[in-house]
Amino acid sequence: MTLLDVKDMTVSVHAGARTAPIIDGLTFQIKAGQCLGIVGESGSGKSSVALAVMGLLNNDALRIGGTIELDGTDLVTLPSAQLRARQGSDIAMIFQDPASSLNPVQRIGAQIIESLRAHRRISRSDATRLAVEALGRVGMPDPAGMMRRYAHQLSGGQRQRVMIAMAVILKPRLLVADEPTTALDLTIQAQILALLKQLVRDTGMALMLITHDLGVVAEMADDLIVLYAGRAVEAGPTAQVLDHPRHPYTIGLLAAHPVLETRQDRLTPIPGTPPRLWHRPMGCAFHPRCKWAQDACRAGVPAAQLVRGTQTAACLRLDAMQVSA
Amino acid sequence: MTTPLLELRDLSVTYPGTAAHGLFEKPPVFKALDGINLTVMAREALGLIGESGSGKTTLGRAIMGLVPASTGQMTLNGQPITAVHGAARLPFARAVQLVFQVPYASLHPRQTIGQTLMEPLKIHGSIPPADMPARVNALLERVGLTPNFARRYPQHFSGGQRQRIAIARAIANDPALLIADEPVSALDVSVQAQILNLLADLRRDQGLAMLFISHDLSVVHHLCDRIAVMYLGRIVEIAPTGAMVSRPAHPYTAALMSAARRLHAKPGAPVPVILSGDVPSHAAIPPGCAFHTRCWLYQKKGRPARCHSEKPALSVLPDGRQSACFFPGEAQTPALPMASV
Repeated sequence: MTLLDVKDMTVSVHAGARTAPIIDGLTFQIKAGQCLGIVGESGSGKSSVALAVMGLLNNDALRIGGTIELDGTDLVTLPSAQLRARQGSDIAMIFQDPASSLNPVQRIGAQIIESLRAHRRISRSDATRLAVEALGRVGMPDPAGMMRRYAHQLSGGQRQRVMIAMAVILKPRLLVADEPTTALDLTIQAQILALLKQLVRDTGMALMLITHDLGVVAEMADDLIVLYAGRAVEAGPTAQVLDHPRHPYTIGLLAAHPVLETRQDRLTPIPGTPPRLWHRPMGCAFHPRCKWAQDACRAGVPAAQLVRGTQTAACLRLDAMQVSA
Repeated sequence: MTTPLLELRDLSVTYPGTAAHGLFEKPPVFKALDGINLTVMAREALGLIGESGSGKTTLGRAIMGLVPASTGQMTLNGQPITAVHGAARLPFARAVQLVFQVPYASLHPRQTIGQTLMEPLKIHGSIPPADMPARVNALLERVGLTPNFARRYPQHFSGGQRQRIAIARAIANDPALLIADEPVSALDVSVQAQILNLLADLRRDQGLAMLFISHDLSVVHHLCDRIAVMYLGRIVEIAPTGAMVSRPAHPYTAALMSAARRLHAKPGAPVPVILSGDVPSHAAIPPGCAFHTRCWLYQKKGRPARCHSEKPALSVLPDGRQSACFFPGEAQTPALPMASV
């Protein structure tokens, strides 16, 4: 059943009389026990999706529109005290850089216990026991000893494990992971991804994985959304989208990335650069970089169309591209 | 046999460590590079991969003379450069140029692009001052930019454009060797490909040799003829790109390949090798083979004593590849995953 139901989410930033949409009409669902990957380059708005779902965009300059329903409760309109109770317990988040997410002058144990006691009325000794258990569950060596350590005494992979332990200790229904392995080395990345997979399998929580790395998405996500300039340009089951991408941006991204299986003479880059927030093009935001673009693409924003099964693509030129392919 | 463009023999770089020590004791030594033997031939692209702390960046900087070598020899075109400093180093500096990872930090914010590109020309006095503006324009066009960039400042440009400018600066004096330290890892995927194509063009058109330092296997695989893999300050494997990707000889390389083959991983593909534990600290490099604490082959072979007592040398295998493992060839079999996660 659907756990998170996001309908027509918009996040816009206001400066004086000017408005710019960071997220523009995003709709998606996540079921319990599933992993949704949200892929995009820098400036695509992918981190804003994560923060909006977490209810962390309480900023006077930002407006959030649409609905973000967790189990039928709209988080956008929820009073802040009730939202606060859900943050960290029903929905939890881990960030890209575990070094800056941990308090450098507080022991690891104290930090885990603090987040635990903020949500549950339990004794300090029970909290300690739960914290040690959680550290063990995320594969930390010597969990009891780790409780007394400081963040600087841990490696990058260990810090991310601590963040994960803290995030899952209250058994959230949804874990939001924003580039959880980007700052880590390749072999440590593999460990953390395997851990996240195992936690999803064992606890049935849903995982919303934000990343720029198509390889991470291919490994982890059941479904994926490709975000470009704040809009979903393509979405669907991960394997299907990666094997049969239909939107020119997805096609371009996959062609631009070298792969180990084949040796290409030249890569096919996408010309130009992603648009900046205040300079997003009219119509389809990808049209200045798209070789299939026509006048119609500059005029109107293309709506998402079903292309195969549940796969959707927001492009006016799907027919022309199919012919040329 | 032709003289290699660059040759490193038994090169080591050590730093004084920061671990606690007595007042009158020597500080413990931190070995960033340990006995590196490596050659780069003219026009060759050699990839250098490794995780953070493997020493790959230090190696690039040692070749540039930015960090002093503690032992060992470096030669460029057969001439020793290890202990050449100051003005005597200028000709070598001209022949070897470096492109840094973060193009936001490597360009002077208060200098126009034209000034930035003219600086190497002035330092080396390579062309008459009157010809410099034309040379700057030619350099900009060479890297896919237009001459009107010369009067603007770095802040006006995107990451990809800045990296093009940094590359133009590096090739201003026609170097023989370009050391590129993670030149695309700060860039978006769609822009990465533009820079990788530019580097490939420069190699082809100008006969540049390249030492390409990266943590991204697929990028190195795309660009390089040979790959050297580093782990904790040592080279563990050197092989032609195709051979390394299809049949890694060292168990660490096998684990890296396995971790990198994620995109388009099909159901039924071999289970990835997941290494347990973290990369050990330089202050406590494990005895014997530095990799044995995380090695899946060591576990599979029943923890042979040799691995934790003796340092395996980088030795030549029958097919010409080099690997620093006591069990050459055995890393090639599809490996079982390590259980602990």
